[in-house]
Amino acid sequence: MTDRDQLRQQADTAIAAGDWVEARATLETLWSGHASAGLAGFVAGRFEKLRGHLPFHACRVAILRSFTLEPVIPLLRACAWVNRIDLSAKVGEFNAYAQEILDPAGWVYDYNADAIVLAIQTQDIAPELWDGYAESGAAEIRAAVGRVLADYRKWIETLRARTYSYVFVHSLELPARPSRGILDVQDGESQAEAIRDINAGLRRIAAEFNGVHIFDYDAVVACFGRARYRDEQRWAAVKLPMKADAMLPLAEEWVRYLAPAAGRVCKVVVCDLDNTLWGGVIGEEGVSGIKIDREYSGIAYWNVQRALADVKRRGILLAIASKNNREDALEAFRSHSGMLLGTGDFAAERINWIDKPTNLREIAAELNVGLDSLAFLDDNPTERDRVRRELPEVTVLELPVDPMGFAEAIRRAPVLERLSVSAEDAERSRYYAEQRVRAVAFGSASNVEEFYRSLAQEVEIGPVTPATLARAAQLTQKTNQFNLTTRRYSEQRLAELAENPAWEVHTVRVKDRFGDNGLVGVMVTAAQGDSCEIDSFLMSCRVISRTVETAMLAYLAESCRARGLACLRGWFLPTAKNAPAADFYRKHGFELCTTTDAGTLWHLDLSKADVTCPDWIRLTVTEESSLGKYAVS
Amino acid sequence: MANTPFLDRVRSIFSDVFQVPLEEVRAESSPDTIPNWDSLQHLNLVLAIEQEFNVQFSPEEIEQLLSVELVAALLEEKRVACEVS
Repeated sequence: MTDRDQLRQQADTAIAAGDWVEARATLETLWSGHASAGLAGFVAGRFEKLRGHLPFHACRVAILRSFTLEPVIPLLRACAWVNRIDLSAKVGEFNAYAQEILDPAGWVYDYNADAIVLAIQTQDIAPELWDGYAESGAAEIRAAVGRVLADYRKWIETLRARTYSYVFVHSLELPARPSRGILDVQDGESQAEAIRDINAGLRRIAAEFNGVHIFDYDAVVACFGRARYRDEQRWAAVKLPMKADAMLPLAEEWVRYLAPAAGRVCKVVVCDLDNTLWGGVIGEEGVSGIKIDREYSGIAYWNVQRALADVKRRGILLAIASKNNREDALEAFRSHSGMLLGTGDFAAERINWIDKPTNLREIAAELNVGLDSLAFLDDNPTERDRVRRELPEVTVLELPVDPMGFAEAIRRAPVLERLSVSAEDAERSRYYAEQRVRAVAFGSASNVEEFYRSLAQEVEIGPVTPATLARAAQLTQKTNQFNLTTRRYSEQRLAELAENPAWEVHTVRVKDRFGDNGLVGVMVTAAQGDSCEIDSFLMSCRVISRTVETAMLAYLAESCRARGLACLRGWFLPTAKNAPAADFYRKHGFELCTTTDAGTLWHLDLSKADVTCPDWIRLTVTEESSLGKYAVS
Repeated sequence: MANTPFLDRVRSIFSDVFQVPLEEVRAESSPDTIPNWDSLQHLNLVLAIEQEFNVQFSPEEIEQLLSVELVAALLEEKRVACEVS
């Protein structure tokens, strides 16, 4: 019996026994070793039996296309499942994308998609840039580029105006063999250049709209190998342009976009040290014995550090969980000349002889994130297996046996992809470093009020602006703990609310004597009669327990008075994670009006009660706002 | 025919692609006995087999792949052809 058959049986045995974590781990191993079109049906079918027993992120995808894509869908669903995404997809009619977009009653507008994929091939939208290019004149070529971009702009505008979904637009593929042969890279009109011009234009158009992103289809083809990717016979027969084994890379690439779109992301990579961040065992071989540089065999580990440093720039935190003598390990970072990362790159570390699950729990608590925000990187399959079983919430990055493949495994991980990076994201590690200094300050303050005063906090509240919109939407999507209603908003939806005269969207920035915490809070409110309804009220865990929430509420109370509103009303909707916000309304003098299955509704009569800003916080209010660009027609 | 080395692997792929229990897939299983065997599932089947056995079928061959044993037989033929050439 082969390894594959054995794993299939193990998965079925685990499902029959109700051991869902074991079943998922087995299916993940099965898929990572044997992913194929044939296996996709089996894996997806078995994952469906785990639905309801383990948490998965739901994701609906509408695919508008010019070519046959149906056979890729089973692969896409299997790839999504192993990334903990329960994906449903609907594919539009063959080559009917334009009608489907332009028809206001088109199915895509009823489908309630999280993401819309616009998959159009070069040869379908710009035949003159594909076959017979050599016969086209310069004017014709320029006209084709202009026409194609104008079409895309119209479709993107229409999709944006009519939906809140993410829109992923396939870039156009370059030919493996240009019509003019090697002349194409000499002087004259280059076929590849004309198609690249369209792709560059697409990027510019996408950047004008919220939630519109380029899916680099050309890079998928190139990465697989242009000459190997296409299957002209199958294209002619059933309009499927690629070979059987080229479908998986396309499905995997889609998942790298859909994971962040579905909110399936990790915020921290927790790394082992020996044989993961460097070759060898520091405790045995010492600083001079470990391998970490740009030569062989240190290069494998240097590449790992390079990949982690890149990931960190996306706002993902790094942490260490290693079985070592702490001093030995820190000494390696300090004194090995080949080391790319330094101790300052890590937001938390547990270097000790305690088991990894315990250390991972502690790291999550220290960084104030859930275990499901952790990705675990360890060369040792036994450690990976233990974490997989004991901490099923953690994402375990599967690594190949050969360390030369480790960096690639990090770079491919969908949970580490981001669709956009805010200024806050790039600076996140610094915020956490400052947080550690704050924690020390808290330890030395004799009482909590003295600690608040010592922080010298400045809270700045203002309407959402084009510059803060992406971060505000991101906060609604990612904040779990101090979040009263946990309503998730896309940039487009939030922009639309901000444009509505009855609604207000405010953002909150917090600075203190240790540094700028960045944009950390969002309030969404709606005036209704004489009351102000608090639709969303949330704050990053970075500033929890520092009375910032009281300052935010004091601002709302004040602005209600200024507008002649008599009361504040808001729901608390409990989730598995938002216990830190459970007492918020009660503590601030609100009265309970209603209790339902979903949660509790609270009320504050502003003629009888007030909320005042703590005197240790300096509150400033800004008024500039310009969301005109984001108007949704 | 039943002893062809490909038969079990082919049955397993049929089971996965058409989502029917393995024990219900027999050598003679065909579009007449597998209800959801439509043109799209046929394409899925062809692609799954091509990937599994690292072969490519021509359009003429694809039209013939209408039962488990026919698939296994063609695979055997192609594999033999491969080894001879």
